[in-house]
Amino acid sequence: MKELVEVIAKNIVDQPENVEITKVEGKRSIILEIDVAEEDMGKVIGRQGKIAKAIRTVVKAAATKEGKRVIVEILQ
Amino acid sequence: MKRVIVSEDTVDEALNKGLERLGTIKEKVDFDVLQEGEEGFLGLFGTQSARIKIKNPESKSEHAEMFLQKVVNNMASDLSVELIEENKENQKIVLNITGEDLGLVIGYRGKTLDALQYLTNLAINKGEEDYLQVVLDAEGYRARRKKTLEKLAIKMSKKAKSKGTKVKLDPMPPHERKIIHTTLQKKSGVSTHSEGQEPYRKVVIVAE
Repeated sequence: MKELVEVIAKNIVDQPENVEITKVEGKRSIILEIDVAEEDMGKVIGRQGKIAKAIRTVVKAAATKEGKRVIVEILQ
Repeated sequence: MKRVIVSEDTVDEALNKGLERLGTIKEKVDFDVLQEGEEGFLGLFGTQSARIKIKNPESKSEHAEMFLQKVVNNMASDLSVELIEENKENQKIVLNITGEDLGLVIGYRGKTLDALQYLTNLAINKGEEDYLQVVLDAEGYRARRKKTLEKLAIKMSKKAKSKGTKVKLDPMPPHERKIIHTTLQKKSGVSTHSEGQEPYRKVVIVAE
């Protein structure tokens, strides 16, 4: 799941070397935190959060196999 | 697609060297291990270097195919991506996803497929001028959905006419609303328009 977010994030930003994904695993849920360069913030959020929403939709679909809730957060 | 073969002591070292030479990152390429590295006995006998083949996409359409394949590999196993249509004139390609877990990549009313399509277009068209439009399909899902929407349009236009009022449809993405508008364009007795803000914008069918 972490790799999924990593592949997406690193392909849509301008500075893939500054992308950091942190996984925090709980009992029932997994939190994936996306940290990108400040200049790339808009590239992962998008106008009215459209890109962030698309990332979450894809991750949510992949998570149905995992049996855990996966939450994607973008660090400000 | 550019293919590069790299040899080093270990697979990791070979990959790093190859990526450096190509000036790219792991997330943008695909690679096959041709030979695992062997340390041998005391580093003396039977040592064998690792060899890998890195595939680096060169065109936008190769980039799109590679990106999507990497994404779906991380969603479920046994999903593959193929290029089924390339329209150079209109700068448009169609990629088809096939495999067992198709429902997972399509999602409720194609929501996941649309999200994947959006992200693929973002990944390959980063600020460049020659925009390539990528359309994703999953074993004919788009055509099946189009038929369903056309049927829905006809059914709802009849309802509007018989009741003499307007009928509001469920919220739909732009390409789906377009199918409804086009289907009812030449039907007499009804007209269509859209109302509301994305992503809740919906088609309204009005009896004339």
